[in-house]
Amino acid sequence: MEERPFNDTSYEQFLKELRIMGSKCKKCGALALPPRPICISCFGGEMEWVEFKGRGRLAAFTSITVAPPYMAKEGFGRNNPYVVGVVELDEGVKTVARIIGVDAKNPSQIKVGTPLEAEFLERGDGPEKKTILAFKP
Amino acid sequence: MPKRRKLSRGVAVVGGGLTKLGLFKDRNCKDFFAEAFAEMVGSVDKGFDPKEIDAVYIGNFSNDFFVNQAHWGPIIADLLGVVPKPVTRTEGACASSALAFREGVLAIASGLYDIVLVGGFEQMSKRTTEEVAEGLAMAASPYEVAAGYTFPGVFGAMATAYFAKYGATREDLFNVTIKSHNNAPLNPKAQFPMTIRDFMNARIDRCRKKGEPVPEWKDEKDFLRDPGANPPVAWPMHLFDCCPISDGASCLLLVAEEIARNFTDDPIYVAGLGQGSGYSLHAKKDLTTYEATKYAAKEAYEMSGLTPKDIQFSEVHDCFSIAEIVHMEDLGFFKPGEAYKAVAEGLSRLDGPMPINTSGGLKTKGHPVGATGVAQLYEVWVQLRGKAGRRQVPKPNLRIGAAHNLGGTGGTCTFTILERR
Repeated sequence: MEERPFNDTSYEQFLKELRIMGSKCKKCGALALPPRPICISCFGGEMEWVEFKGRGRLAAFTSITVAPPYMAKEGFGRNNPYVVGVVELDEGVKTVARIIGVDAKNPSQIKVGTPLEAEFLERGDGPEKKTILAFKP
Repeated sequence: MPKRRKLSRGVAVVGGGLTKLGLFKDRNCKDFFAEAFAEMVGSVDKGFDPKEIDAVYIGNFSNDFFVNQAHWGPIIADLLGVVPKPVTRTEGACASSALAFREGVLAIASGLYDIVLVGGFEQMSKRTTEEVAEGLAMAASPYEVAAGYTFPGVFGAMATAYFAKYGATREDLFNVTIKSHNNAPLNPKAQFPMTIRDFMNARIDRCRKKGEPVPEWKDEKDFLRDPGANPPVAWPMHLFDCCPISDGASCLLLVAEEIARNFTDDPIYVAGLGQGSGYSLHAKKDLTTYEATKYAAKEAYEMSGLTPKDIQFSEVHDCFSIAEIVHMEDLGFFKPGEAYKAVAEGLSRLDGPMPINTSGGLKTKGHPVGATGVAQLYEVWVQLRGKAGRRQVPKPNLRIGAAHNLGGTGGTCTFTILERR
């Protein structure tokens, strides 16, 4: 695991292994998700991997009715909106992710601050297969 | 030693041009820029010879994608007949031409050039709405797109964070839309020169003609509440929270301060300008503020020696209604959490104490992304010269105006203060 570079590709590989992995600066301890090769707190360049537990709370969200082509392929659109949000993890960093298990058609009822936990969604087959990070109440 | 952060040489705006904005499939960016350029040439009070232009900076976000043509510098050089003078394209998403303006100012301030043309253009009408959305998403952060965000979605998410923090609601955003649309009919270049009342009446007329049930709305807010009239896009952003897809071009003529009066007796000077960068959503410390805007504003205020209280009116980047509110706070015009109340009280109306988006804003004027930054500064220039016609800010001694431009989802922001002396 330590051999992997601290970048977006490694982050995605870890997601396929159903793990939320970020970086921790060896010098100042700052966490980053996705991992960063350069610490933006102290500019240190030595990192170690850290696994996030996948628990947090909803910091912001939107329910999207006008979907981009890649979401329309999953069946989302005007009659079937989907929710994406910003989740503040217990470890203190934020991540953007799909939010499931909420009523996308009644977004006024979705509350910022709702506790959430991670769930991994798998889409596509073969080399196209992707693991998407989602959170649910 | 503290950094000076001053221009080494003053810069003045002495001419400007802006096309009528809208969707013009049968024309192209050369047509648009030629139109803006012709207006600019005619606007220079004492005349000028385009051969005197030392360099051109043009902002364009993505004609590469929108019309399959890149490398616009030489196309514009050829169009204007300025070959072999240098023409440089700048890209900062929706802030592309504000960067062109800034580069032009810096080039004159450095002493390298004396006369610089800056401008921008974009043609978005040749693509379908879905394709335009895809093209614009290229300016979002890759993390946001991977999670399924759209452009309006990112601003929608910021709105929910703002609502949660300050107790504002979707209804408060209606005031921004209604205010901007009240300015729109006063701007002959606006893509949608209509008030919300005009939209309501147009819809009622259409229903009558078609023999459909005629909708009844109590007032503008009732209309905006109706999902049939104002459908959702990305909660809480609905259709009327979002700026349109547009074509158009803009330009301004910049000259060194010491020669400005050769061009006009009424030059408008660059008092201060700044540019900042920002994080994408997940890396932002605070979801209710744009660090890029704050940094750009700090630079511009320091350079000018002015404070937010000195700014008499401002164009503020309102790609989505929430953006106008948040930026009014980031620019220091109102305290955090207060801007939505200020809009409700009418403080940002054309006849209010702090007019915001006298042009009608991107929402009504239109948002040809590469042209927008300079189009905003064009509005400030026109207002400071007292030539804004029916939308002239009704303040005595109008002297200081500003324009704020945002690129992407907040990754690039600029703030520029212009001054009449």
